Amino acid sequence: MAQDAPVLTMTGISKDFPAVRALDEVDFRLFPGEIHALLGENGAGKSTLIKVLTGVYELDRGEVELDGASVRISNPHHAQQLGISTVYQEVNLCPNLTVAENIFLGREQVSGPLIRSRRMRHQAAELVAAFGLNIDVSAQLGSFPLAIQQLVAIVRAVDLNRANADGRSRTGVGTKVLILDEPTSSLDRDEVDILFGVMRRLRDAGVAILFVSHFLDQIYEICDRMTVLRNGKLVGEHMVADLDRVGLVRLMLGRELQELEKLEEHDLAGTGTTVLRANGLGRKRSIAPFDLEIGAGEVVGLAGLLGSGRTELARLLFGADQADSGKLELRGEPASLRRGPEAAIARGIAFCPENRKEEGLIPELTVRENIILAMQAARGWARPIPRDRVDQLVNKYIAALDIRPADPEVMAGSLSGGNQQKVLLARWIITSPTLLVMDEPTRGIDVGAKAEIQKLVVSLAGDGVAVLYISAELDEVLRLSHTVGVLRDRTLVARLTNGPDLTVDQIMQTIARGGQS
Amino acid sequence: MTSTLADIRARDWRALTRRQLFWPTVILVALLVFNLPFTPNFFNIGLRNGHLFGSLISILYFGTVPILVALGMTLVIATKGIDLSVGAVMAISGAVACRVISDATDQNSMSVVFTAMALALLAAVAAGLFNGFMVAVAGVQPIIATLILLVAGRGVAQLITKGFILTELSQPYAVIGGYAFTVPTGVFIVVGFVAFTALLTRRTALGLLIESVGGNAEASRLAGVRSRRIKMMVYVFCALCAGVAGLWNSSSLGGADANNAGLWIELDAILAVVIGGTPLTGGRFSIGGTVIGALILQTLKTTIFTIGIPAQANMVFEAAVVIIICLLQSPAFRARVVALGRRGRPSPGPQESVEPAAPATVEVAP
Repeated sequence: MAQDAPVLTMTGISKDFPAVRALDEVDFRLFPGEIHALLGENGAGKSTLIKVLTGVYELDRGEVELDGASVRISNPHHAQQLGISTVYQEVNLCPNLTVAENIFLGREQVSGPLIRSRRMRHQAAELVAAFGLNIDVSAQLGSFPLAIQQLVAIVRAVDLNRANADGRSRTGVGTKVLILDEPTSSLDRDEVDILFGVMRRLRDAGVAILFVSHFLDQIYEICDRMTVLRNGKLVGEHMVADLDRVGLVRLMLGRELQELEKLEEHDLAGTGTTVLRANGLGRKRSIAPFDLEIGAGEVVGLAGLLGSGRTELARLLFGADQADSGKLELRGEPASLRRGPEAAIARGIAFCPENRKEEGLIPELTVRENIILAMQAARGWARPIPRDRVDQLVNKYIAALDIRPADPEVMAGSLSGGNQQKVLLARWIITSPTLLVMDEPTRGIDVGAKAEIQKLVVSLAGDGVAVLYISAELDEVLRLSHTVGVLRDRTLVARLTNGPDLTVDQIMQTIARGGQS
Repeated sequence: MTSTLADIRARDWRALTRRQLFWPTVILVALLVFNLPFTPNFFNIGLRNGHLFGSLISILYFGTVPILVALGMTLVIATKGIDLSVGAVMAISGAVACRVISDATDQNSMSVVFTAMALALLAAVAAGLFNGFMVAVAGVQPIIATLILLVAGRGVAQLITKGFILTELSQPYAVIGGYAFTVPTGVFIVVGFVAFTALLTRRTALGLLIESVGGNAEASRLAGVRSRRIKMMVYVFCALCAGVAGLWNSSSLGGADANNAGLWIELDAILAVVIGGTPLTGGRFSIGGTVIGALILQTLKTTIFTIGIPAQANMVFEAAVVIIICLLQSPAFRARVVALGRRGRPSPGPQESVEPAAPATVEVAP
């Protein structure tokens, strides 16, 4: 298939943001009648590329050609008129209106001042039937599962283009490109099948579909071709049939050559008593039941692609989300985290979340206040930490972690990413945790700070702290961990003991294939 | 040389104007001085009938209720909440106290008065627990949760007064809304409450935890802050403040009027908090700012009265001044005025005199 000329060609696309080059000379093409996967980890540039294509962002450099003609897409409405439709992960429709009303929203059929509801219902029913859907179009959209809502959004997007092409609007054309941004992330298997059915139908009708998903199985099931981005650069365009999963994972993760200081080999055998033991712990739609053990002084690294359940697993161990199955034991005693993070902290668990800004830092408070927050919360409001003790702790950790500026009274929100991360680490270290859960502590921070944080992890483990360390960078996981847990599609598929034999390649293979076979 | 000197002065000036309380204080002083041409003896304080007397004293006297209510409101707003029910709580508290006293055989008995006050404050605390429960446990939006008591509370107060204006003649009770040691008793109550609140929030960790919950609720939860308990406390404290204000109000009137006690006070209180520099978006609060904010509003009301604005125009005039104060505090507005000035087109009318005050950094919103 798809041997004709591409319907869309993007050449040399660059987009700069303050301090970051989000896209760097990226080439991208789409053929009519294909399903094309756009792949890459967080920050690879997928969303930026989509936003350039849909006119949300204006590109800084580069050329976009649609059907051989150069176009400058100025805004989302313009993109729609050109025949580029987008359906986002969150359905942008009105759940309180009926399916028919949603499909015709903004272009209701009227006769005089009156809406022709029956006719709209009739047409809507024909439309959804043409997509192979059997639903009541006069029911409220919100009463349907998410998958159906997404399909209605697709029906609406495609029909909007068809209506434009029929001449209501002189500039309009039929749908040429349909962008589906993570449509499957909250769907279950049956719902995915329905969606895939619709996608195949559209493909066979000649529409070029751009599909973004974190689920490799789905990519291999439905896609014809794929483009991989990493750090804003194009790393490859391949036919799905030509590239196996290991090759794909390698392309996505790459191997960053970093000038990190060599960490001294830490004693891999020296792990002590079991601090945490999880038995069949799980949460529906979030992470499949898993078993996990972490000993004192042990670093367990978690590897897996984005959306594989890394964060979800960590949040269960901290009580940030509640498990709905399984048991948790802390230092040999059954522990319930039903009371949430509070209970976890009381049992010596600390958690540095992935989203520093939304879930970690209180930007309006000073560095000093942010550092003592967890310790103070554990003591209760009535027992303030004496001021000289606060100053001593805060100054000690500002110096030890080299937080800059070294001023405890600046607003934490004004610090750089790396320094914010250090403030959060200081917050937990002063609580003397027995288990430290760190979710992507080194993401988005400069190399120097990265190395310092890694050293800190090693020294904490040396002091007997159990550490769960999540990172998208496999080199980092491999360097720090005694044991590497591998996650894939929200399941903990393997636990690999680190040693001279374990390599990044092996971890990649496990991520791609799942389990050891 | 001169340029460096000027630089230093400019820097000092900027540091001064960045102080949180600077602009509210300037507005308050300006309002007070504004009265002088109209009322030459505005700053005079005399002694009449054994107690102090004068415009300033009357500002302090009538300032009791707005300051008390705004004080509680400050902590609620710092958690990103709001309490619309304070006026209704005032009515309930006054009604309970007056009911107990007027039902007693000896209205002047100290034990009756103390029982009345205790029951009234208990009722206020109950109202605060209800608000706190709705917001912190049931998860209702604060504006809706407290709207319930705003409406229902006055109904409860009317049930207690049985629909009448309930009068009492207790002499000891009259002291609360009267004078003690020649000074309005309200001044002692306010000073006591402000000092207590300052100590409670700044000498314990309560202030930090309140600001943390208001600044980022999810991050606070993940740091182990018991945000439910914190929210519960601030709503109870706010209701308690309103309860005390209700006691003062009914005492100074000699009775409880369920319909009018504390009417619209929630709006004055919110305004006082915002003028004092506590952002409605939560996260930071200033107790001193709130006190000054409430005094500004009270001074404004007194000014309207003393300069002889016709009674019908009172509300409109007050609203106009409040609008000007709020515009002054809006960074976006100040930036515009400055930009207009730079274009060499001085903004017309009263704003021109206002413009030099523009680079203020009273934080109204982040």
